[in-house]
Amino acid sequence: MSLSKIKFDKKIVLSFWIILIALIIAAPTLLPVFRLNLLGRYLSLSIVALGVDLIWGYTGLLSLGQGIFFALGGYCAAMYLQITSSSEFPNNIPEFFALYGVEKLPFFWEPFRSPVFTFLAIWIIPAMVAGLIGFLVFRNRIKGVYFSILTQASLLVFFNFFNGQQKLINGTNGLKTDVTQLFGQMVGSESMQRIFFWITAILVIAAWFFAKWVVKGRFGNILIGIRDDEPRVRFTGYNPVIFKTIIFSIAGGLAGISGALYTVQSGIVSPQFMTVPFSIEMVIWVAVGGRGTLLGAILGAVFINYAKSLVSEALPASWMFIQGGLFILVVTALPEGVLGWIQGDGPRNLLQRFGLKRKIETYPSLEVNKKDGNNE
Amino acid sequence: MGIMNNKDLLNLIDITVSFEGFLALNKLNLNLKKGELRAVIGPNGAGKTTFLDVITGKVKPTKGEVIFKGKSLVGRKEHKIARLGVGRKFQSPRIFENLTVKENLEISVTTPKSPLNLINKSIKDEQLNEIDRLMKIVNLAQKVDSKAGSLSHGQKQWLEIAMLVGQKPDLMLVDEPVAGLTDEETDLTADLLKSLSGENTVVVIDHDMEFIRRLDSNVSVLNQGTVLCEGTMETIQKDKKVIDVYLGRPED
Repeated sequence: MSLSKIKFDKKIVLSFWIILIALIIAAPTLLPVFRLNLLGRYLSLSIVALGVDLIWGYTGLLSLGQGIFFALGGYCAAMYLQITSSSEFPNNIPEFFALYGVEKLPFFWEPFRSPVFTFLAIWIIPAMVAGLIGFLVFRNRIKGVYFSILTQASLLVFFNFFNGQQKLINGTNGLKTDVTQLFGQMVGSESMQRIFFWITAILVIAAWFFAKWVVKGRFGNILIGIRDDEPRVRFTGYNPVIFKTIIFSIAGGLAGISGALYTVQSGIVSPQFMTVPFSIEMVIWVAVGGRGTLLGAILGAVFINYAKSLVSEALPASWMFIQGGLFILVVTALPEGVLGWIQGDGPRNLLQRFGLKRKIETYPSLEVNKKDGNNE
Repeated sequence: MGIMNNKDLLNLIDITVSFEGFLALNKLNLNLKKGELRAVIGPNGAGKTTFLDVITGKVKPTKGEVIFKGKSLVGRKEHKIARLGVGRKFQSPRIFENLTVKENLEISVTTPKSPLNLINKSIKDEQLNEIDRLMKIVNLAQKVDSKAGSLSHGQKQWLEIAMLVGQKPDLMLVDEPVAGLTDEETDLTADLLKSLSGENTVVVIDHDMEFIRRLDSNVSVLNQGTVLCEGTMETIQKDKKVIDVYLGRPED
């Protein structure tokens, strides 16, 4: 059984890969610009979902505040674009400052004139903020539902701060990027959007491989150990605080990259990225796709968001009900998520229920022994 | 009380643990020599598990001092105490069920236990050899790649003992290792623990008198958070205080 299962898994993974790569290559020619842009956005969301899978699926940390790091990445990208495209505005600073009578650029905008600083800031700043929040929380052994509540509270703090700071970052209006320029081209233009789509697709795959590398081997096993029995990990001589801080920081960095890619493709970053429902949705993508599978997080993010846009176009206002229903369905019927169900014995059990497949007659452990030639 | 001796590995001196007024441990004194095998028995609520919690850093004593290899353990974090050389096996087997037998053992034998070492280096050859050796000792060599969760109860107990040994602790604290084991498994476990002492210092907590007798070691009897009596099985069985609180009247 285990042998055939491995082959089965490989086939599934391989075919998903082929489909995925084919879709990415063909997308710009097959899809109208509008759809291509949507797909690009959803792919960028899959990077934040990968981070959620690392901290929740593997380490058991249910964060409801990933929007913080997502938005921080978005703001970093938008600040760079705004400041480098502000030469014709008064005082050579972004246009919105004039609305509030600000004449001098706030000090923290200055480093964002540098593209190198910006590229680093997009992931390092969210990773550092996540690391700091994480360290303080984990050091005090706050976990479970208290951790979730704390992350959501932090999200609200950040939301309110960004929402209220008109003079610093345009408050509730956010920062627009589609009318800014990058390398002499309009960011919102068709050709730029196509480039962003490619960059996003490549980064999704890179992030996926990175996440796989992180969870592979002993480091990943410690994460699983922390999820399943943290005190045991401690009594074995490991300090879970450091491991949790690292993985939370990694997830923050991934969220930042995701937010920056999403911002340049949606044309704006605003405190709306830090609303409570959006961060909860990120968790739903991973839950539906399959916790602890990584690929499930990517597929969950892309397919749910695509479904969202299709449903919203056809039946406006019904999406929330469908999403809620989907979540309830997954939690009750497929607790492992769709991919987790496929990788487990889900399809076999379903076929069995309809009498289409024979039941497993022996204990799986006996079959494993048979394979090893040690049938006891 | 609390006489220290440089041959002692562990000294518990006047340990008192108070949970909101309830004294889980009350001026407990206990000394362990290097290489010793010691059984700790006592009725329910005698403070056996709290005694382990104090040594491993899970519970901070209200009063008293824990000296291990000449260092005080009070106030140290659990992982620091573990790294100093205190290993613990829990009452119900606590292994990582979603990891394989081998992965469980990797976690225990790996040193140093830092994230950097884990993420960018592969496991050392001598550690792999140690895993092989351990799996043979506890008869799990054929289950290397099975999920630990699929093992039988007895195998789980043994896997946890193997993980404990793999940590190479100077002091092994073993909490009810034979709970739920068959007679044959119990005997094998007793032999295993006996073979570990000498090189290691082992403390075994259990209820099972047959098993304790088989360990053939010094026994400390705990009652109401303090050591009631210490000595060989024969001595304590004759001790009137012990008979009253724990063993009951001997059968004629």
